[in-house]
Amino acid sequence: MNSVIKGASYVLVHTPDMVVENGSTQTTERIVNPESDYLKQLPKHIRSYEQALGYLPNQTYIGNCTPDELAKVEQPWYDKPCEGKRFGKFGEIMPQEEFYLLMQVCDVFDLMYLEKSFVAAVKPTFEKHPLITPEIVARVHEGVEQEQIEAFVKEEHAEPILHGGKLVGYVKRAHDVDVNLSAHVILENLVSKASSVLSLLHVVHNTGIDKGDVDYVIDCCEEACGDMNQRGGGNFAKAAAEIAGLTGASGCDVRGFCAGPSHAMITAASLVKAGTYRNVIVTAGGCTAKLGMNGKDHVKKDMPVLEDMVGGFSVLVSQNDGISPEINNGICGRHAVGTGSSPQAVISSLVLEPLQKAGLKITDIDRYAVEMQNPDITKPAGAGDVPLANYKMIAALAVKNGDLERAGLNAFVQEHGMAGWAPTQGHIPSGVPYIGFCCEDILAGRVKKAMIIGKGSLFLGRMTNLFDGVSFIIQENSHESEEGGVSEGQVKSLIAKAMRDFALSLGAAGTEESR
Amino acid sequence: MSILKGKKVVIIGDRDGIPGPAIEECVKTAGGEAVFSATECFV
Repeated sequence: MNSVIKGASYVLVHTPDMVVENGSTQTTERIVNPESDYLKQLPKHIRSYEQALGYLPNQTYIGNCTPDELAKVEQPWYDKPCEGKRFGKFGEIMPQEEFYLLMQVCDVFDLMYLEKSFVAAVKPTFEKHPLITPEIVARVHEGVEQEQIEAFVKEEHAEPILHGGKLVGYVKRAHDVDVNLSAHVILENLVSKASSVLSLLHVVHNTGIDKGDVDYVIDCCEEACGDMNQRGGGNFAKAAAEIAGLTGASGCDVRGFCAGPSHAMITAASLVKAGTYRNVIVTAGGCTAKLGMNGKDHVKKDMPVLEDMVGGFSVLVSQNDGISPEINNGICGRHAVGTGSSPQAVISSLVLEPLQKAGLKITDIDRYAVEMQNPDITKPAGAGDVPLANYKMIAALAVKNGDLERAGLNAFVQEHGMAGWAPTQGHIPSGVPYIGFCCEDILAGRVKKAMIIGKGSLFLGRMTNLFDGVSFIIQENSHESEEGGVSEGQVKSLIAKAMRDFALSLGAAGTEESR
Repeated sequence: MSILKGKKVVIIGDRDGIPGPAIEECVKTAGGEAVFSATECFV
């Protein structure tokens, strides 16, 4: 029986100082062109927390606005502020100062230190967070003196932690010579872990699952943790599960660049369907390196730097309850080694081929979730509207395949596609931002089948020139629970067995007669 | 297509547009020589 999606969570963290300090575009610029105009102009283009809250794509990500409502608003969106709410039905937008405390909580090796008065000022708010447990609060350290922070940043290769441009803490290296345990790597990994923990807390809340009932967690971010002897040794999953209080869970990391979440979802669905585990959470935190990635173009065009959000998400995959939307393991697309890299070959392997195998047309899928990058971010940088380009290619394939009239191409894009709303955090926008809305659409009868598509740029790792991608289908529940009833698949299997038995009996009778 | 015949070509593909290897194939059939081909990711 197919596994089901019980719910999802989506979180954002507003990290204005990290854009300047930790984004790879900015850190590279400081090395190659430290006196550049860009670095001088950048601070004037950084958004306040309130501005980030009042940004419609952010409100869409946490569930306060639907993709259809967002699409009705004319682009660009950054100059059209909306009502900014911290919490949404899927999660929240956490401010930087509270996130620093959560990062320190996630540091179990005493590598991150915050200044005493900063901790004292933020802790009362942190404690009142509805999902932050007393066990988590107990992990907050009192903090250290400013002199210690300055000394470690100046003399010990520590990464500075800034808030409002002021030094409020540091992350120190975990080893004197091991680059994999450098302060830079440890900081990136703590950000990823902490945003994953926040997502886990929200998915537990959204689904109502008992923390002890989570059997397995799969992390699908794009970071690597390990030391010089095992650079990608891993298990962000179990590390985050520990802080989130999922004491009964084990876990592992699944990687595949931006396609990681889709690979992880298919893995989770298969593990649950096989009966290996009952409840599996797929989770990912965000990425500091990508903050302000397209900042130069945003500044050049006198826009706010929109890549100031660290993203996270979690999805709970469970045994079939007879109600929740199912993941159909029988219809999975995959970009194979021999597929080729042209856009047509890629989309054919992910969309057309799995649907054809299942006897379905491209138009039979009500909604496609592709790379849901926010076009507000990508268009000014010359990268175009990524979801739109993907939808046009799917529509073109539908026309080529005879599933759609050429005149219906634009209507197909409108009806089966969506405007992008997710931050350009690599794996975060890759198909999965729609899962939360998808479950709602399916339960409300607005959508019967949706396809989630994840694509990954393997060539960035310099181990292969290959592209990658996988896809899977979420569909209406067949209304048969794991505990009882007979599924459609079981009925088909029973009929097939009866037919085989009948055929065998006929064959046996014929043999008897010919004797 | 003869504009590429006998030319050395540097290719920068886009992960969400046309990737490097796909452009490389086109360049080859047009008689050009791809001396560098890479695909970049901007998202």
